[in-house]
Amino acid sequence: MQRRSILKGGAALGFATMMGGKLAFAQGLEKVKAGFIYVGPIGDGGWTFQHHQGALAVQQEYGDKVEVVWQENVPEGADAERALTQMALSGCNIIFTTSFGYMDATNAVAAKFPDVKFEHATGYKRDSANVSTYNARFYEGRAVQGHIAGKMTKTNKIGYIGSFPIPEVVMGINSYYLHAKKANPAVELSVVWAFTWFDPAKEADAAKALIDQGVDVIASHTDSTAPLAEAAKTEGKVIGFGQASDMSEYKPSPRVSSIIDNWAPYYIKRVGALLDGSYAQVDVWEGIGGGEVQIGEITDAVPADVKAEAEALRDSIGAGTYHPFTGPINKQDGSAWLAEGATAPDGELLGMNFYVEGITGDIPS
Amino acid sequence: MLGGINPAILIASLMVASVPIILAAIGELVVEKAGVLNLGVEGMMIMGAICGFVTAVATGNPYLGFLGGAVGGALLSLIFGVLTQYFLSNQVATGLALTLFGLGLSSMIGQGYNGIKPPPTGVVPLGPLSDIPALGRILFSHDWVVYASILIVAAVWAVLKYTRTGLILRAVGESHDAAHALGYKVIRIRMLAIMFGGAMAGLGGAYISLVRVPQWTDGITAGAGWIALAIVVFASWRPWRILLGAYLFGGITVLQLNLQAAGAAIPVQYLSMSPYLITILVLVIMSSGKGRASMNAPAALGQNFHASR
Repeated sequence: MQRRSILKGGAALGFATMMGGKLAFAQGLEKVKAGFIYVGPIGDGGWTFQHHQGALAVQQEYGDKVEVVWQENVPEGADAERALTQMALSGCNIIFTTSFGYMDATNAVAAKFPDVKFEHATGYKRDSANVSTYNARFYEGRAVQGHIAGKMTKTNKIGYIGSFPIPEVVMGINSYYLHAKKANPAVELSVVWAFTWFDPAKEADAAKALIDQGVDVIASHTDSTAPLAEAAKTEGKVIGFGQASDMSEYKPSPRVSSIIDNWAPYYIKRVGALLDGSYAQVDVWEGIGGGEVQIGEITDAVPADVKAEAEALRDSIGAGTYHPFTGPINKQDGSAWLAEGATAPDGELLGMNFYVEGITGDIPS
Repeated sequence: MLGGINPAILIASLMVASVPIILAAIGELVVEKAGVLNLGVEGMMIMGAICGFVTAVATGNPYLGFLGGAVGGALLSLIFGVLTQYFLSNQVATGLALTLFGLGLSSMIGQGYNGIKPPPTGVVPLGPLSDIPALGRILFSHDWVVYASILIVAAVWAVLKYTRTGLILRAVGESHDAAHALGYKVIRIRMLAIMFGGAMAGLGGAYISLVRVPQWTDGITAGAGWIALAIVVFASWRPWRILLGAYLFGGITVLQLNLQAAGAAIPVQYLSMSPYLITILVLVIMSSGKGRASMNAPAALGQNFHASR
């Protein structure tokens, strides 16, 4: 509430700053106001929490030279456009929109504010010159999780809680399954779509449904720690992974490892570029190698040999010697996708809308 | 069609999944029966969730946690009560504001409580009863709140239908002027009803943060309060129908996730919308027709009372 009124109050002032800012762009700005739009609450313990850690890191890095503002719980869709417009009017020089569903809103508002820089996470549309996109190769982390899942499952049933059927999630499911299958050919994957990024009760229900169906390793693509909390109720029978954030409070089990999104270096770099005048439109997609994706500690609940294999897999991906999508891989319908030794081009990954061979069920359209 | 889904486990799961909505809805039913429309259910629920969580963590006792949740919800509803009953503010606007206020306040109180695990609320030990095949899993292996929620529904039904207290409450909701003329303290009765509604919503919220998700995160109730509000209306203000509606909603939510996990060949988007669709459909069909049910709304619902009028 208060934040909103601050934004409103600053609107008039903001225009002046923007006009002034235009002249100064070539040499960089004296002071940057950076805005962050969050899809959930900062306290989600996962996705949004990590983005906010990045925002705080920016503040710490540049001190007085930046002003960081943020808005939590911004729904994807028309509301996002309003929130973005308000932020742009309030004098933000750069705005980070941190969810896939803000893609159209970001591009629409960016077209109206050519002097404000927009950075959209996990998207692919850059309609105007002031829109950059950045993403992390989460599927690299999913490969490591898949390997652990394949080795650890006793029922040979592993589960995945999907949020929305978008390429990023489908990519994660495929990578998770491929590497579980490689580790344990008997493995079967159940996917449950929650159709939400953040709804702890529903996420817990989804985890419970999977557990009721005999699944004993659960990976989730939603934002809260609820699936781990549900797994914790089984007293060690079911394990899972931290998603987006380390979720270390569920160590050593059910959380046996995690994918940590590390946005801070990118945020610091981009705001820094605005300050020193070297800012340019980019499309960034870093993974384990670039440090945007980190694999959280693999706990002692995992046998030492499995842990060593998982770490070797992580390191080979990080070094660039292994690509999680290396052929031969067939699509679900049996048609060939990648030939022996071929790796998936980024373009195909970013538009991925099919399951690989062996996964049952359909992707909701 | 239900290949691989164990009905006993499913029914047991749906009973647990429905508890927060039952509690919040039955509380709101009493409030609306007294002629007050409190749209702040979501806010009271989340206040209950955080107050219950904080109390449980601080004392290490889950029972005190639920008590704390009920008190938290009731205190928040007291604000609504004072504003609408004494200062005669608009009930719709005040209720909506209460939700926003509750969401913000709970987030503030909850700072520092992320990632903490509350003390576990155990299953009521019913000994050999829980070993009965199927029936034991469905009926005798729950925590105490599940049983309490059903008892509360029964109690509310009995009180409204058979007691003098219930009659007075309904009289206040149907025509506050007539009740006032008969000498009943309209405002006091309504305040008590509002606090009961707040306590029930708080209890439901505490159930989410202490049992269903066992943790605190901002916005943890994620719209359960709105579902509860809708169920009160679609259940045409009848306690047992609230139980039915909540079980239907909870049941289909659990069922659709189980169907997905079991790999049923039904498009997921139909499964996802089915809880909302089927619950509304069933309750609408039940309350349509010529019976009194369709006009069961308390006549003075949402109207403020002042003795001078």
